[in-house]
Amino acid sequence: MKIVAICGAGVGTSGILKVNAERALARLDIEAEVTATDIQSVAVAAADAQVILTSPEFVERLGKTNADVIVVQNYFDVDELTAKLEVALG
Amino acid sequence: MLALSDAGILLGQTADDWRAAVLLSAAALEAAGVAEASYGERMIAMVEEFGAYIVIAPGLALAHARPGPDVRESGMSVVTLAEPVVFGHPYNDPVSVVIGLAVTNADDHVSGVAELANVFNDATAIDRLATARSVAEVRAVFDVSA
Repeated sequence: MKIVAICGAGVGTSGILKVNAERALARLDIEAEVTATDIQSVAVAAADAQVILTSPEFVERLGKTNADVIVVQNYFDVDELTAKLEVALG
Repeated sequence: MLALSDAGILLGQTADDWRAAVLLSAAALEAAGVAEASYGERMIAMVEEFGAYIVIAPGLALAHARPGPDVRESGMSVVTLAEPVVFGHPYNDPVSVVIGLAVTNADDHVSGVAELANVFNDATAIDRLATARSVAEVRAVFDVSA
């Protein structure tokens, strides 16, 4: 299972998303590789990803993808991430 | 934790708009010796290009740009606003706390932001920063000594 966290720079917000997604996955007892990357690299980084995590601003920029796109409102809310990952992966 | 010096903490600031708020966080990074002035313009350019995605939680903006020659060392700044400012985020406006983040390379940032995530996974952290009246109160939130 591969999950990609996307932000504008690939440093900062996607890193926080990665850390908290890993916490949410641990709660769900799901094993997955979570990587952080920037929107320019998304086509390559997310080519074989099952799930893309990002903020509302990037959804339209993602383009065509087979991955489930999860839009995150509060990056620090592990409950929100857990609930959304559970729906996407359950 | 990413370095946070006293010079990098500015409380009760006034900003007319989000650009001014981001520039305050850049000024704090500059005062802390973390980044040069041009870094602030690069942080603004990120928002102009991609939107207000840096507002990652209610009331909190994580202003940052990519590593570059204007980043002297990895570190952060904390700016609180007397009056919250709208960044244009669909859920998390208005912003009272701007964290300025600068890293010299992408690897640095991963361990640093992991600890930042620890701090803000406490849902009270943003409010406690927004209402902090002293550098010591800010440090208490991050639980780091000078």
